[in-house]
Amino acid sequence: MSASNNSYDPVEVTSLHPDEVARMRDEALAAIAGAASLADLKEVRLAHAGDRSPLALANREIGALQPTARADAGKRVGGARREVSEALKARQAVLEEERDSRVLVEEAVDVTLPWDRAPRGARHPLTTVAERMADIFVGMGFEVAEGPEVEAEWFNFDALNFLPDHPARTMQDTFFVESRTGGESGLVLRTHTSPVQIRALLGRELPVYVVAPGKTFRTDELDATHSPVFHQLEGLVVDEGITLAHLRGAIDAFVEGMFGSGLRTRFRPSYFPFTEPSAEVDMECFVCRGASVGDPDRPCRTCSSEGWIELGGCGVVNPRVLTAAGVDTGRYSGWAFGLGVERTLMFAHGVQDMHDMVEGDVRFTSAFGMEI
Amino acid sequence: MRVPVSWLREYVDLPADVTARDLAAKLIAAGLEVETVDEVGADITGPIVIGRVTAIEELTGFKKPIRYCRVDVGAANDSGDPQYIVCGARNFTEGDLVVTALPGAQLPGGFAISARTTYGKVSEGMICSAAELNLWDDHTGIIVLPEGFAEPGADAYGLLGLREDVLDIAVTPDRGYALSMRGVAREAAAVYGAAFRDPADVPTASQASGGGYPASVADPAICSRYVLRTVTGFDPEAATPLWMKRRLALTGVRSISLAVDVTNYVMMELGQPLHAWDRARLRGPIEVRLARKDEQLETLDHVKRTLNPDDILITDESGPINIAGVMGGLATEISATSTDVVIEAAHFTDTHIARASRRHQLSSESSRRFERGVDSALQLAAATRAVRLLAELGGAEVDPGYTDIGHGVAREPIPMAADHPGRVAGVDYPRDRVVARLREVGCTVVDDEAADSLLVTPPSWRPDLTDRNDLAEEVIRYEGYENIPAIAPRAPAGRGLTDGQRLRRTVGRSLAGAGFVEVLSYPFLGRRDFDKLQLAADDGRRSALKLVNPLNDDEPLLRTTLLPGLLKTLVRNVGRGFGDVALFEMGLVYLPGADAPEKAPILRVDRGPAPEELASVEAAIPHQPRRVGAVLAGDREPAGWWGPGRAAVWADAIEAAREVGRAAGVEMTVKADQRAPWHPGRCAALYVSVGGVTRLVGHAGELHPRVVQEYGLPARTVAMEVELDAIEAARTTARAPEISAYPVATQDVALVIDASIPVSEVEEALRAGAGPLLESVRLFDVYTGEQVGEGRRSLAYSLRFRAPDRTLKAEEIATARDAAVAAAGERTGAVLRG
Ligand SMILES: [Zn+2]
Repeated sequence: MSASNNSYDPVEVTSLHPDEVARMRDEALAAIAGAASLADLKEVRLAHAGDRSPLALANREIGALQPTARADAGKRVGGARREVSEALKARQAVLEEERDSRVLVEEAVDVTLPWDRAPRGARHPLTTVAERMADIFVGMGFEVAEGPEVEAEWFNFDALNFLPDHPARTMQDTFFVESRTGGESGLVLRTHTSPVQIRALLGRELPVYVVAPGKTFRTDELDATHSPVFHQLEGLVVDEGITLAHLRGAIDAFVEGMFGSGLRTRFRPSYFPFTEPSAEVDMECFVCRGASVGDPDRPCRTCSSEGWIELGGCGVVNPRVLTAAGVDTGRYSGWAFGLGVERTLMFAHGVQDMHDMVEGDVRFTSAFGMEI
Repeated sequence: MRVPVSWLREYVDLPADVTARDLAAKLIAAGLEVETVDEVGADITGPIVIGRVTAIEELTGFKKPIRYCRVDVGAANDSGDPQYIVCGARNFTEGDLVVTALPGAQLPGGFAISARTTYGKVSEGMICSAAELNLWDDHTGIIVLPEGFAEPGADAYGLLGLREDVLDIAVTPDRGYALSMRGVAREAAAVYGAAFRDPADVPTASQASGGGYPASVADPAICSRYVLRTVTGFDPEAATPLWMKRRLALTGVRSISLAVDVTNYVMMELGQPLHAWDRARLRGPIEVRLARKDEQLETLDHVKRTLNPDDILITDESGPINIAGVMGGLATEISATSTDVVIEAAHFTDTHIARASRRHQLSSESSRRFERGVDSALQLAAATRAVRLLAELGGAEVDPGYTDIGHGVAREPIPMAADHPGRVAGVDYPRDRVVARLREVGCTVVDDEAADSLLVTPPSWRPDLTDRNDLAEEVIRYEGYENIPAIAPRAPAGRGLTDGQRLRRTVGRSLAGAGFVEVLSYPFLGRRDFDKLQLAADDGRRSALKLVNPLNDDEPLLRTTLLPGLLKTLVRNVGRGFGDVALFEMGLVYLPGADAPEKAPILRVDRGPAPEELASVEAAIPHQPRRVGAVLAGDREPAGWWGPGRAAVWADAIEAAREVGRAAGVEMTVKADQRAPWHPGRCAALYVSVGGVTRLVGHAGELHPRVVQEYGLPARTVAMEVELDAIEAARTTARAPEISAYPVATQDVALVIDASIPVSEVEEALRAGAGPLLESVRLFDVYTGEQVGEGRRSLAYSLRFRAPDRTLKAEEIATARDAAVAAAGERTGAVLRG
């Protein structure tokens, strides 16, 4: 570095001589022109434009000149450096262009090669469809309630107004659990998710707005439409001033959330011991919207050309059920529904056979991925 | 209940243009589950007419005797000439009226009739049997019509009712009344607003009861009404008329004999089960009573049954003769020689009949009606209807005297606010509509406007109507469910899913993201599964709940582990050509409690349970924790153009378990263990810390080769099973770490150590020794070989150090590293590799 108390004779600073500056510049430009690759150019850049390049070093000497000579020398060196820099930039562009057109082409691969190295998993569509069904109600402010699968008969039947000798009690083909000594245990595999109604009423503060998805069991042999193990989504509302109209509203919201808008629903009177009045609920077939009814040329597989699809059962909670759960029937009323998860999956996603849903074939489940 | 529409129309003035399908739709809307509209005879077409056999030529020389008949079919064949028809039946003679299918006719099953040569003759049609026309089940020969039935040439369709629409109704348990033409007709009349003629409106008797067959009822609580009527001089040979046979066939009842057919016909018509005895076989007065211990009866189905003290019996001096309302005894059965007949019409208590039917596994047309509730005011009318039919059709004489015990079931009026149905439905029903609808049902309604309430007495045929909501349903269904508006429910703000519910979803997604496919297998197992899993005789998992009535006798147990279901599903997939499988299942296992009570009590239902009552039920319910299981076989990563694949190994099973832990944000620690069904040298026990207490949550590793063999699994199949509930309990709230921006210092150390020391211990020691500056430890190489010596291995660790507040100095790093190595040496005997 130069110090102010040192004085140099400007003529002695040969590196700032015009000829010398021109020589350094020409040398640099020649080297740039001769760089054959981006890597060469990088070295050339270091040698001729780097901190320790001749032009950079010369630039540092300018300060040693007499003030009158400084401007001249500065202009000279600065001009040379600019020229070198521009040449570098231009050469860089040329070489990059060259690389793009040649090297990148040479490096091309077959991007259609498979890369299935990581195995693909999936969740069971019954799991995901049940979640989706529940989520529609969670979105309305409902909570998800639960109960055991091996259930006390009192919860599964008695509290739900299935009287001991009523034919309804035998209508549901029940798996009974043996006691330790081989006698009656008072336990069953729950035949429906309805015992969760009682559990919700006993375990929660009123009002209650819950859905309960879960496994249920009946002694049906596995065939195309039956399985001894299946899934339901129970719904229960107990509040003041609750009517069938609210039940319809909830069912309509479910149908819209699950199958799309504009589908009509239909209630048909029916019978369940734990609801009174009771109804079966149907929705308009979302495939043919009824167009297949009476038109043999356009049969509909989804609804068997009935125009309607059965969704499940529902009704006003029988006040006897509320009583058994300790709810004041003078003040509160409610409704409940039970929707079939398998049925929903079959309709919404075209599953033809119950076997597919229970066998665990990876091809079936994989088709549905992570969410449904 | 099968309901022929033409029969129904006898009792209700339906508009003529109402089709069976219209009627079905209306009844469905009103609550009768019409499952199908059966168009009986729709497959019969073409000329089918009445014919008279005018000559019979017996053809011989064939395997069986054949007749060549000349049949007068009037003008039905256009020519007016007789038809010549070959017939194999022999139950007719010259002059008989028969049913003739002419060429061009089509019979059920696509059977086309044409003129054809058979047995050396041209046969111009067919003389039909009842079975060939699907009229009723009779293979004894052709139908011979009674003289005067019709003229030859008359069209047979209307005369025989060849075509009939039949509604098949699945009657729900509350609608016992709909198990009769009477009940369905009443519904049809209500939905169409049409006039109803009650078939039970029969003039019953010209005198008060008395002088009938002697009988007594031990207890009105088992039989509220008991009616006996008798006939004498009945012709046991008298045939059941065709119309009755046809109607019974359409309702699904087989014709047996006139006396039995009449009881069935009246049951279908009115809904009252009847029983007919041969009076000559009864011994002395009848008593209706409960069975005594060890009494026996051989029933009509030839089964000798031991009776239960809860069975209602009909007895005479010989002992039990009927299980009331369920099935008659064999000894008093009406027979082909019975001329004096006793008809019983009773109202038995529904619960007794339901229990008896279940106990004896006898579900009859009679028991189905009694257990759903029979009209308790119908008995005299039904018995009278039956004896009149026996007189009319069987030439019998009706005895004027009869027995009539009891008064049926008295109905108490039900008070109901007039606006109650409206408040249930969410619809404003005018008061007078409510009253009118209830009257249509058959209720007596007293409108007490002062009290703003209705006093509603349900009719005797509706025992199901007991509560005001039952009455509300009647109003709402007649007013139309379709008229209930839809109003969105207004739930208070919910709290969304619980942590546990969200965790399950996260676990499912994590495992699926890691390449596992979810299965939902049945929870049924057999003892054989425990043997296959190599469980020791005293293994707790063998203690499983047992089903009384399993679908498959080999699998009566409820699972105590998820593995058998997963393994069977794995085998199924391998069998279908998928050798590289990774499966998982999330579900409950059922663990019987060792000190659970023998039986879950049945609590009362007339009020909510007290806490201790509820606790007594809950104590009997087995523990049902949620588990996650996974199995892997074949390649975890497939071979491809990039190179070889990687087989699934024991570590993949442990990793699957860790994946579950990670989904919950819970760190799992691993220790070597020995537990079936795993390979004793490749089995890991998995632990979590719950509130500072270490808790075992499951196992993972390679399966024992015997298990692999027993289940037919691919070699070296690996599996894990962990308890999700326990992992959930180990969750803690995640705290944000302090992120230091100062440079990291990495130190690699190689330690030589006895090969039997688990690396987890070494790592633990390194961590403890390195102190707070240690950011992470990673084992990046394991080496065994000559250089480290027999029974020893070299573990290469990468230690990363960083300080929160400064750049570490070289000497600090060296000190920490040396301390880590020293701790490893102290605790595990590891020495730094030179
Ligand atoms: Zn459709």
